[in-house]
Amino acid sequence: MTIAPLGHDVELDAEGFFVHPEQWTEEMVPELARREGIDELTPAHWQVIRFMRAVYLNNGAGPTVRVLGKTSGVSIKQLYELFPKGPAKVAARIAGIPKPRGCI
Amino acid sequence: MTHRVVILGAGTGGTLTANRLRRRYSADEARITVVDQDDRHVYQPGLLFVPFGLAHPEDVVRPRGRQLRGGIEYRRRGVERVDIEANQVHLADGSALEYDVLVVATGAVLVPEETEGLTGPGWMERVFTFYSLEGAAALEGALARFDGGRIVVNVVDLPIKCPVAPLEFCFLADWYFTDRGIRDQVEIVYATPLDGAFTKPVSSRQLGEMLAEKGVELVTEFNTGEVDGEGGRLVAYDGRELPFDLAVVVPLHGGAPYVGRSPGLGDELNFVPADEHTLQAAAAPNVFVIGDAANVPASKAGSVTHFEGETLVANVGHFLAGEPLESRFDGHANCFIETGFHKALLIDFNYETEPLPGHYPGPVGLPLLKESRLNHLGKLLFQWFYWHSLLPGRDIPGIGAGMPRAGKTPATTTRGTEP
Repeated sequence: MTIAPLGHDVELDAEGFFVHPEQWTEEMVPELARREGIDELTPAHWQVIRFMRAVYLNNGAGPTVRVLGKTSGVSIKQLYELFPKGPAKVAARIAGIPKPRGCI
Repeated sequence: MTHRVVILGAGTGGTLTANRLRRRYSADEARITVVDQDDRHVYQPGLLFVPFGLAHPEDVVRPRGRQLRGGIEYRRRGVERVDIEANQVHLADGSALEYDVLVVATGAVLVPEETEGLTGPGWMERVFTFYSLEGAAALEGALARFDGGRIVVNVVDLPIKCPVAPLEFCFLADWYFTDRGIRDQVEIVYATPLDGAFTKPVSSRQLGEMLAEKGVELVTEFNTGEVDGEGGRLVAYDGRELPFDLAVVVPLHGGAPYVGRSPGLGDELNFVPADEHTLQAAAAPNVFVIGDAANVPASKAGSVTHFEGETLVANVGHFLAGEPLESRFDGHANCFIETGFHKALLIDFNYETEPLPGHYPGPVGLPLLKESRLNHLGKLLFQWFYWHSLLPGRDIPGIGAGMPRAGKTPATTTRGTEP
């Protein structure tokens, strides 16, 4: 699957996560957010998206909601207001990082 | 020179590590010290049975010290912090232990106070957990008094110890109320933050079907933000509410608090990041982690800890001898899932391979992902193996540390799903 509107050959998996996180650029964020039903990106959205991206680049995996709430400077309640359909997954899709790894 | 090995925690991982190391090294070669704050070693798989009167609290607890071989020093003290730079452990009584190798085996702790309202009004009255001995014992009384209504079983968030236990609780509750003849007056709801009954596709589907068969309602992607014990409702962050007459909640887990007081040792949740194949901590080359205390992408389960033991002890040896470590641990986990009515199913998996149907440990063996009486007997027998074989650090015949492939039916997909 690719995102044609952006004119990039970006490959997404069946659930909409980036297969190749290095294909992501910040310019794609508004379009990716729109696809998640977020039309207006506030500074708080950007804070979370950049934080997710930074954690991923540092650790090789995206943070869970609980860790986001402890470390991103945005409370879990606020995270759900920003990304009502589930902060970890939605913000991971917009930040162009793989699905947070399933812990079993 | 005598090596100084300090092991923090005398639960499953600490005990089996100490016993294996003691067998491997003479008293001249290594001094082994184990630290734990109390002398109650709980057989944690037994907690599931306590609420249903199938086990009694005193059956699942033994003294920690007595599970350790002779020649192991046991210090009954709390841990204040670890000083990684100085290779020292500071104990709660102000004394310090110096180490050449440190093994962190202090498991996971429950942090119910991190969820709004969970320990407020109603806690231990109509809101319980069976993840502690006290909680499991209190829940036994509450279930015995329960004559009908709605029970919500809720996992607040992962990671948790034994991720199948909350499902087993639902299955056993179905059996328990059927036995009491009031099943038709009891609603059982399972609310999980996952997008299915379990984390991996094949087993998630299978376990989801079993919940449906047993009349347990499955509520997915429910991220509990608040527990209102007085009002009898769970409130999710997205605004959804689940009313209950009795709530059985698996609280958030974290690593031991001293990890947070030890600069550089743990992560945000006080678990200790480690190499998933060598079990060497990211913090320092002479620190190793075993069991629930570790931040590795394996289940927090006794079987995982057992299978890690072999790699961990080998690598402590390699480290002390100045040799390269072995990247041998494969994430192997093996769990019996009690399904009630004297039956259980068995799942077996590792980092790479999700739980699959077939047989364990080979083509002739216990059925996988399928209910059987044999698996239930296996689960009951396991308690004996735990005290007499696993903790002493002996291998269980036929049960290797690596995940067996023979006897399994390959899946069409191996992708995991998100918590």
